[in-house]
Amino acid sequence: MATLTFEIALTLYFAAVITGIIELLKSTKTTSKVMLFLAGIGFFSHTLSIAYRYIAAGHIPISSPHEATSFFSWCIVLLFFLLEIRYKIGLLGSFIMPVVFALMLVSAMLPREIKPLSPVLQSHWLGIHTLFAFLGNAAFALAFGIGIMYLVQEHYVKSKHLGGLFQRLPSLQSLDEINYRLITIGFPLLTIAIITGALWADTAWGSYWRWDPREVWSLITWLIYAIILHARLMAGWRGKRAAVLSIIGFLTILIAFFGIKLLGKGMHIFP
Amino acid sequence: MKILTVGLNHNTAEVEVREKLAFEGPKLEEGLLKLKAIPEIEEAVVLSTCNRVEIYTNVKDADKASEAIRAFISEFHGIDDRLLENALYYYRDKDAVRHIFRVASSLDSMVMGEPQILGQFKDAFEFALEKKTTGVLLNKLMRKAISVAKRVRTETRIAENAVSISFAAVELAKKIFTELQEKSVMLLGAGEMAELAAKHLISNGVKEIVVANRTYERGCELAKEMNGRAVRFDEFISEMVHTDIVICSTGAPTYVVTKSQMHTVMKERKQKPVFIIDISVPRNIDPEINDMDNVYLYDIDDLQGVVDTNILERTKEAEKAERIIEEEIETFLRWQSSLDAVPTIIALREKAEAIKKEEIQKLINRIPTLGDKEKKAVEQMATAIINKLIHPPTAALKEDSEDKDSLIATIKRLYGINEKS
Repeated sequence: MATLTFEIALTLYFAAVITGIIELLKSTKTTSKVMLFLAGIGFFSHTLSIAYRYIAAGHIPISSPHEATSFFSWCIVLLFFLLEIRYKIGLLGSFIMPVVFALMLVSAMLPREIKPLSPVLQSHWLGIHTLFAFLGNAAFALAFGIGIMYLVQEHYVKSKHLGGLFQRLPSLQSLDEINYRLITIGFPLLTIAIITGALWADTAWGSYWRWDPREVWSLITWLIYAIILHARLMAGWRGKRAAVLSIIGFLTILIAFFGIKLLGKGMHIFP
Repeated sequence: MKILTVGLNHNTAEVEVREKLAFEGPKLEEGLLKLKAIPEIEEAVVLSTCNRVEIYTNVKDADKASEAIRAFISEFHGIDDRLLENALYYYRDKDAVRHIFRVASSLDSMVMGEPQILGQFKDAFEFALEKKTTGVLLNKLMRKAISVAKRVRTETRIAENAVSISFAAVELAKKIFTELQEKSVMLLGAGEMAELAAKHLISNGVKEIVVANRTYERGCELAKEMNGRAVRFDEFISEMVHTDIVICSTGAPTYVVTKSQMHTVMKERKQKPVFIIDISVPRNIDPEINDMDNVYLYDIDDLQGVVDTNILERTKEAEKAERIIEEEIETFLRWQSSLDAVPTIIALREKAEAIKKEEIQKLINRIPTLGDKEKKAVEQMATAIINKLIHPPTAALKEDSEDKDSLIATIKRLYGINEKS
């Protein structure tokens, strides 16, 4: 069942991406509704697939790369819907669903068997630490999407050609504000994830920080977002600069996530 | 039942003529009731705006009614008949329906796609409803026109983009800032277009307005007029630190804001975005400022460019709208022709029933010995004959067809049915 519901989610997300692209090319009132509908049903199926795995494995399913990537995209869709309910940002789905689908596709290509959790990971910290980490990173993923939308809209305004998506994209100020809001949500979550990770590492391995590649990359990500927030408050780095930085930030997260999970070594790799 | 439209608009009549022919205030009611009282006219609606005067009617004879309406206009407004000659246009039937749909959908407007006309159209119809000058045909036509206009608005993007410079400025401001309610605007120098743009921004909710003019007194006057505040011209740079939108139109021969000045301003603003509209010729603001982050500078040519593209866009959308209208005309005409057929069908049946009764009576008179049973049988047979005979023409009348009017006329002639009204 976990596999079937996962495949359904993957297919529906793909359909949502296609509708999202149609929405970009040719707007009708129905396309955005269809897209939300497809993504919504996909999300439901995705939730079921995670729940099945949770029951089968007996712990939050994020221990294999397949599970972790799937769970990460689930968090992004969750935040996307929360954002959509709160702000109703036109076209956001068209920009964010491709990210979700790409992650799901990667997840689909990874081995799916449920392996027993190594004793060192069997702890309550697993759920707490990873939930914060994934939600924080999901907020950054949305900031990435919003950042791209900002750059597109800024391009229209600066180049003085107000065609294409100009009418349908939100105003620059709202995009900038939502971007800032997302980073202020993501940053504390990431901070808590790093702290809980350190505490967990202390109980599991006897030291808070071991310069494991994952830890190093988390630190780099954390620093990037710290710089974004600092520069915004101190030097007024808003708008385009904030958008570019949030894009760079998310790309760093992706490198950290896949680079280490797929190629690297360390305790975040689960043999 | 014929639909007739008589009217004039910004294309056919100068404003001087339009003014004289407007049905304003009490004149509207008076005019409408007088129109309705004309024997040729069965139903009437009057639409009077600053760009058009239109009279929509349901008449018996279009030629006579056209004459009567023209005479009425000339008499009512006390205008020479000759002045009306070139100003008035007349549309009948399908053309009238098309014209009415186009007017309501703002395809016939001076600024195509402008939204006010639909409201004015609705008001005109509601007023006529209230004064009971409309009936089945015009009620249906007006309601249909309103729904067509709504369809055009939702299915095309005809009303989407601003087509005047000052509206384009407002549109841009709305895509740079979230809420204009929290923004302030500064007028740098004064000019007609600058004031107009400022007024549009105010009507869109801008919070504060500051005027900086070379002659301080003139600036004060203007500020008072717009409920704003005047500052001395040499203070405007420091004022820009707190201003989100700047509209510049001084007569200065050189740049009054340079890039380095703008850098200082932006630093002090903590890079909060600023929208500068430079409508002065020659330009007063260094165009390179547009390259700075969070500064959006539009000069008069840029805005004109936006307007031109939007107009082009609207023209494209107008083609779509015309197609929608053609579709809707067909549905309306189908409805109308079904309306025409009903009285003919009734008349046909009544005529047949009358013949049947007459002939049965004749038979009874001739053969008085007929029993009840026989009488009943004869009557049944007669009913069956007339039913079978009038069925094909009735069915033909109920069908949709192109030449319904001529069909109705033919059937009336063949069966000797006379017009009742």
